[in-house]
Amino acid sequence: MTTTYPSGPTSAPTSGPLQATTATFIGMPKFPKAAKEALANTQQRRNLAHATGVIRAKRAGVVAELPQWEDLRLAGAAAKDETMTHLAAYLEQLEANLVRNGAQVHWARDAAEACQIVVDIAAAKGVDEVVKVKSMATQEIELNEALEAAGIHAWETDLAELIVQLGHDRPSHILVPAIHRNRSEIREIFRREMHLVGRPAPDDLTDEPRRLAEAARLHLREKFLRAKVAVSGANFAIADTGTLVVVESEGNGRMCLTLPETLISVVGIEKVLPTWQDLGTFMQLLPRSSTGERMNPYTSMWTGVHPGDGPQEVHVVLIDNGRSHVLADPLGRQALRCIRCSACLNVCPVYERAGGHAYGSVYPGPIGAVLNPQLRGTASDVDKSLPFASTLCGACFEACPVRIDIPSLLVHLRAQVVDESGRKSAEAKAMKAMAWMMGDYRRLEKAQKAATLGGRLLKGRTIHTMPGPFAPWTSARDVPSPPTSSFRDWWKARNTDSTTEDQR
Amino acid sequence: MTTTSLPAADSAARTAEQLRTAEQIRNDAARAAIFGRVAAAVTDISAPLGARGDAPRIEQPSPGRAQTVELFIENVVDYRATVVPIAPGKVGSAIAKALKAATSVVVPSGLDPAWTAGLPDGIRIVSDDHLDNAALDGVAAVVTAATVGVATTGTIVLDHGPDQGRRALSLVPDLHVCVVRASQVVHDVPEAVARLRSTVDQGASAGMPRPLTWISGPSATSDIELERVEGVHGPRTLHVILVQD
Repeated sequence: MTTTYPSGPTSAPTSGPLQATTATFIGMPKFPKAAKEALANTQQRRNLAHATGVIRAKRAGVVAELPQWEDLRLAGAAAKDETMTHLAAYLEQLEANLVRNGAQVHWARDAAEACQIVVDIAAAKGVDEVVKVKSMATQEIELNEALEAAGIHAWETDLAELIVQLGHDRPSHILVPAIHRNRSEIREIFRREMHLVGRPAPDDLTDEPRRLAEAARLHLREKFLRAKVAVSGANFAIADTGTLVVVESEGNGRMCLTLPETLISVVGIEKVLPTWQDLGTFMQLLPRSSTGERMNPYTSMWTGVHPGDGPQEVHVVLIDNGRSHVLADPLGRQALRCIRCSACLNVCPVYERAGGHAYGSVYPGPIGAVLNPQLRGTASDVDKSLPFASTLCGACFEACPVRIDIPSLLVHLRAQVVDESGRKSAEAKAMKAMAWMMGDYRRLEKAQKAATLGGRLLKGRTIHTMPGPFAPWTSARDVPSPPTSSFRDWWKARNTDSTTEDQR
Repeated sequence: MTTTSLPAADSAARTAEQLRTAEQIRNDAARAAIFGRVAAAVTDISAPLGARGDAPRIEQPSPGRAQTVELFIENVVDYRATVVPIAPGKVGSAIAKALKAATSVVVPSGLDPAWTAGLPDGIRIVSDDHLDNAALDGVAAVVTAATVGVATTGTIVLDHGPDQGRRALSLVPDLHVCVVRASQVVHDVPEAVARLRSTVDQGASAGMPRPLTWISGPSATSDIELERVEGVHGPRTLHVILVQD
């Protein structure tokens, strides 16, 4: 099947439809409110500070080993930009190579369509359970909920995802989703929940991480051995070979990708890499940025069906779900380069304190702050507030292995939010008043006289709270007291005095 | 299927056929919509397809064969795997030593028979004769060869050829003994990627594409308070025999 698509610049880009906010995140409060609640959780703050600090140091160490790190970042960005700006061509190539190698390719415009495809495949196999590899795409479309609704259990097999699932909880970090839980909480969850869904936790289970990992190994082994259908995502989909790549640590990914008879991989359309050779760049960038290792323990690469080895029925579900909307923004589209490494989370001073839940999405941290408002639009409270959930310190841009300029995107999105809010906001009114005052020097001088009078009254004391519409601004900041004289007054006085001085 | 099928089966087959057609119609519509959207989203782009040229190959040069092999050993050991460098001809005894605590071992069909000829009688040697998952789970160890080693990352790549076996073999048993030849060790990741191209390429000479498994140390997790634990679902022990050929 061939498709024709326009080549060369013809017109302004048109964007695809937005992503619908999934049930879990509908009605999420705006970021400052959710963050304030998260800040009260001292256990979470301690875990986050420890976790982000450790991974930051590890990442810095292994990145410093590579003198050509900056060249790798540039190559990573260029490869993703090449895909993104010719996505139709690369998707077509990927599809052709997948089909040639025995995979079945499905296309999904949105989350509901993607879920239905997976549910239908699993239902046709007559199974009541699937095993799952940790996948951001399936979390994004809330596939587990859709499978459960169809009477099919979806077993998460990554240790952290298992902890989250058994704890009826939400992930708080892309890479280490249960980072908000400590070892004794995890022991309690295992003891309370494991026996309800399979092999119980051992009676003498302690809170030692080694023992907890062992409990997970035993609990999941029976599921791996009997499962007929597995669901995965993919870190990369290589257009010129049709190869999918899953990068992991524990071996749960290999179990899911190898033992069941049927494999369904749900892959965002932005996961495409143009060529096999690009792996030489990305297999250096991703592990070092993500877990701070030279290489992650296990990476699986498969190209359709391999006779006599692994699943003999291989499905690939390619999903849009708002990505084509992001793609249409010439500045914003760079967010689609994201390889979900989570380096930006670990260096972000805001994320380190607020944690992942406050971002109201499966994509937290700086990348979430730019990706969610683009994927879902800025209509909801949380999406409107996300571009402001940053100090614009720029650490995320420096850490990003594919050079997504997150600070510039945040500013771009802030402008969009302000433009959409019209002239009604307190900030807009204040700016309008400011423009009027500064439009005429006599008005400015009068305002300055009033301010310096205030300054003389305050005698240098700091203002901690302001009344009325200024209250939200001072809730997180202090206002310095105004100076006792303005620059204009000082300049006038200086010029009068200096006439004699200069002649000396 | 018989030619004289029962009416019920016939109607079930027809429903399935109709469903497939409905799914095809949906899939074609979704595909067309997505291709239309992604094309419309980038009408501001004038660079032609492939304008960036070939993907650059950014890598550290090898300071020399000996140093590359040494770095490989150092980095594999850093993952808390065992590396035993040996002279050619000593593979059999090195494997026997690595398996001394194992009760059973599965061997891929294409593994050099000399490698397992000298195993003590106490070890049950299982050949991969369509073992099902449960049977494989009952085997303690596996011995495989490898395809490529990467020095800068301490990585071993299996392409699951005849001397490495299908993917499940090197996954389910708890001890993986992997024989790597020093001549298979490359210095950096891009060189490994270039070497592996032929195994996935469906060129006329290359045959069917093979799956690849990249292994860097034993299975591990840091999901609980970031404390590293070796051994979750994959083999908990990785024993590398490095043949100095």
